[in-house]
Amino acid sequence: MDKETKKVLFEPLVDNNPITLQVLGVCSALAVTSQMSTSLIMAMALTSVTACSSAAISAVRNHAPSSIRIIVQMIIIASLVIVVDQLLKAFAFEVSKKLSVFVGLIITNCIVMGRAEAYAMKNPPLQSFIDGIGNGMGYSLILIIVALFRETLGSGKLLGFDVLPLVKDGGWYVPNGMMLLPPSAFFIIGLIIWAFRTWKPKQVEHNEFKIMAIAHGEGGHH
Amino acid sequence: MEAYISLFVKAVFIENLALSFFLGMCTFLAVSKKISTAMGLGIAVMVVQTLTVPANNFIYQTLLKEDALSWLGITGVDLSFLSLLSCIGMIAAIVQILEMILDKFFPALYQALGIFLPLITVNCAILAGSLFMIERDYNFSESVVYGIGSGFGWALAITVMAGVREKLKYSDIPAALQGLGITFITAGLMSLGFMAFSGIQL
Repeated sequence: MDKETKKVLFEPLVDNNPITLQVLGVCSALAVTSQMSTSLIMAMALTSVTACSSAAISAVRNHAPSSIRIIVQMIIIASLVIVVDQLLKAFAFEVSKKLSVFVGLIITNCIVMGRAEAYAMKNPPLQSFIDGIGNGMGYSLILIIVALFRETLGSGKLLGFDVLPLVKDGGWYVPNGMMLLPPSAFFIIGLIIWAFRTWKPKQVEHNEFKIMAIAHGEGGHH
Repeated sequence: MEAYISLFVKAVFIENLALSFFLGMCTFLAVSKKISTAMGLGIAVMVVQTLTVPANNFIYQTLLKEDALSWLGITGVDLSFLSLLSCIGMIAAIVQILEMILDKFFPALYQALGIFLPLITVNCAILAGSLFMIERDYNFSESVVYGIGSGFGWALAITVMAGVREKLKYSDIPAALQGLGITFITAGLMSLGFMAFSGIQL
């Protein structure tokens, strides 16, 4: 692998992560993560749709007039999502029931549209495909981390295996029910962002207002 | 009538699209810095949602559902796999038409809402409203109520969020949590608040 490909593939993991830095595609990242199995399927579905749609859009980028390009992109993405949706219904019916509308919502997932607009419209198909995989992996990484916390702490299991023995089965762990509920997903992503930005201080957003520091020796002498 | 009121309350509070299904998060986080803009976007979402959910319901019930074409004398055809494509097409078309009508007849309103309309096509709350309507098999009048309710719930959530963020910008937050991080945690706390409604039986 040459340097350029490596950069396109691995940069979206931490340095330019679509969720924590570009704030794209957050919706489904939160909704499906109460279980590891649904998160993995969702991550695979999104990665394959992003990669294939980027490649397809990049292949037609010089033929589609720019005034209708959004519609062209939408149709390509929607068709790919229908394929994924039907495949899931055929081969993984249980999981597709649990994912409910969220597979369909890949159409409006901003990662897919965002990569199509920002990268695939300017680069050849193969590179766009790799870029799609890279961004899909960045998304998958966050999904897997969130699901790891939510499923282990919420139900003591991971992919059906007992990780933390529950009190009701004679173990020691009292499951934290909140982890299975929506708010925990917000908290975990917030904390992940905190961790990422402490690690990479370049990503920190600067405040519009600074709190004025009290001059030395002034406080407490009134 | 009671059933409709209960559906409305459920759509606004208990099953709030933004806070319990995490839908429309990208715009929810990006456009909630000021109350006035948040309210504008909220109203735009509500209008579009009220129009698109019933419109998609009509198409689904008369064309795509299994055996829906029986009024044409065609039976045994199930086109429901096309609903994703028809929903997104319908939404894009309605948004475009709305934009043109506003521009032509209500320029003042267009000035206020115009910039938000293109954003709405790719707002997943809108598409999800239609998909939930299909999944739960609402009839036409239910879909009207659900459209209004879910749009209103989303508008309410983003306006409240903007109110919190306006105050939050004066607070002392750890540098790495600044901006996006603290917004997520605020949204989590709000979602916790909305969960208090979930026990309500109507």
